[in-house]
Amino acid sequence: MGYLFESLSTALGMILHLNREVLSAVGTSLYTSLVATLLSTIIGVPFGACVGLGRFPGRRLILTLLNTLMALPTVVVGLVLFGLFSRQGPLGSLGLLFTPWAMIAGQTVLATPIVANFVLTAVNGSDPRIMDTVLTLGASRFQAGVQLLKEIRFGVMAALIAGFGRVIAEVGVAMMLGGNIRGVTRTMTTAIALETSKGEFAFGLSLGIVLLSVALIVNLFLNFLQQR
Amino acid sequence: MFRSSILCLLLFLFATPAFATEHLRLATTTSTENSGLLRELLPPFETANNCQVDVIAVGTGKAIKLGETGDVDVILVHARSKEDKFVAEGYGVDRRDVMYNDFVILGPANDPAGISGTQVAAAAFKKIAMAGATFVSRGDDSGTNTREKQLWKAAGIVPQGDWYLEAGRGMGEVLTMADERRGYTLSDRGTFLAYRDKIELKVMTEGDKQLFNPYGVIMVNPVKQPHVKVKLAQKFLDFLTSPTAKKLITGYRRGGEQLFYVAD
Repeated sequence: MGYLFESLSTALGMILHLNREVLSAVGTSLYTSLVATLLSTIIGVPFGACVGLGRFPGRRLILTLLNTLMALPTVVVGLVLFGLFSRQGPLGSLGLLFTPWAMIAGQTVLATPIVANFVLTAVNGSDPRIMDTVLTLGASRFQAGVQLLKEIRFGVMAALIAGFGRVIAEVGVAMMLGGNIRGVTRTMTTAIALETSKGEFAFGLSLGIVLLSVALIVNLFLNFLQQR
Repeated sequence: MFRSSILCLLLFLFATPAFATEHLRLATTTSTENSGLLRELLPPFETANNCQVDVIAVGTGKAIKLGETGDVDVILVHARSKEDKFVAEGYGVDRRDVMYNDFVILGPANDPAGISGTQVAAAAFKKIAMAGATFVSRGDDSGTNTREKQLWKAAGIVPQGDWYLEAGRGMGEVLTMADERRGYTLSDRGTFLAYRDKIELKVMTEGDKQLFNPYGVIMVNPVKQPHVKVKLAQKFLDFLTSPTAKKLITGYRRGGEQLFYVAD
């Protein structure tokens, strides 16, 4: 029990004193996760909506694929992108490996299937007459789509929250593609992994508590947006 | 409202810090990073050259791989046989000795294989294997793992069986695992000192020449990898072998004990 109390008080201390390294890790975590969530929204929402609305051959296959991709192991994403971004790989000349952008790319790959799936489910669950009604009122297909998204905005919000949760908590992609460089690509999760490997279990756990607090604040903010 | 929030998002997206300073990428082992030495050693170099050293701490095997693929500029590792191969195959140039520390063979206090006091590392390994006592191996191709394999070879033993556990983890995790399983393991002294208060493992064998652990620094060959920052890397090699760095290395203490030594 002493161990848990120690972690809790260390965590409080770090939050109160705004420890610079912890702040930098929180910043990197938030920055990469938020940008990745944004990118996966841009890709995932239209994709999910189209698959949800459309009736075309191969749709079932896409649904199965999307469900499978939700189970994508982070290390596998890390490995594939590592091969792409390494100097030896096809995108090597960009020099992206071990930068925040490589992490963002990996996290986007992780979050997009989740966002798409949530949106797809929301579309399927919505009143099928919405589209028809809006279309008969003279809206273009695009306008109708926007109207539909407005109707299912809670579902879209849930998609964002789930996608964000997946990427801010993951460690595989951040470690492999970021390299855990202090002050540059060290995130909360890779910092926790590092402290654990150093045997600083209590400190690692306090970082975990800080991470959860950050996630709580983000979710409270999203919740606030939803209420409006 | 909508437009301004989009604007904010775009600003946020492109507000990455401007990289005024040059970055040197260093792949090194977890032992140097976890010991805290680099935090003492790097800042003077960074200030003097207005640069930032990006440290990627992995096992020696992976650090060498990152050098081969050209994803880093410099490597600081500890596995002489692999380092020589790295240079011989043309992946690296200008290898230099930086410092050394040593490995220790650790075991549970009750010492089921009776190796305590055995002076020769290979003989101790042989006793462990004969007794079938639990041994936790890094199993991750790191510098420590490379040395462990060499010791098994010297002992004339192919380690296998349910007593030999290949963890595939870092040194810290392996120490915890060996402690929980009441087994033996090979560790670098620095990591052991950092863990000493958290585990009950004791030093069984130390001081053998076979347990000597030298660290070398190598620049990634700029002929093979044209993007390597040659000038900065060269300065880094010069710095690591300079009197200033030597003083920092020998002066570094953790828990009152010296972790690294420099060759004279």
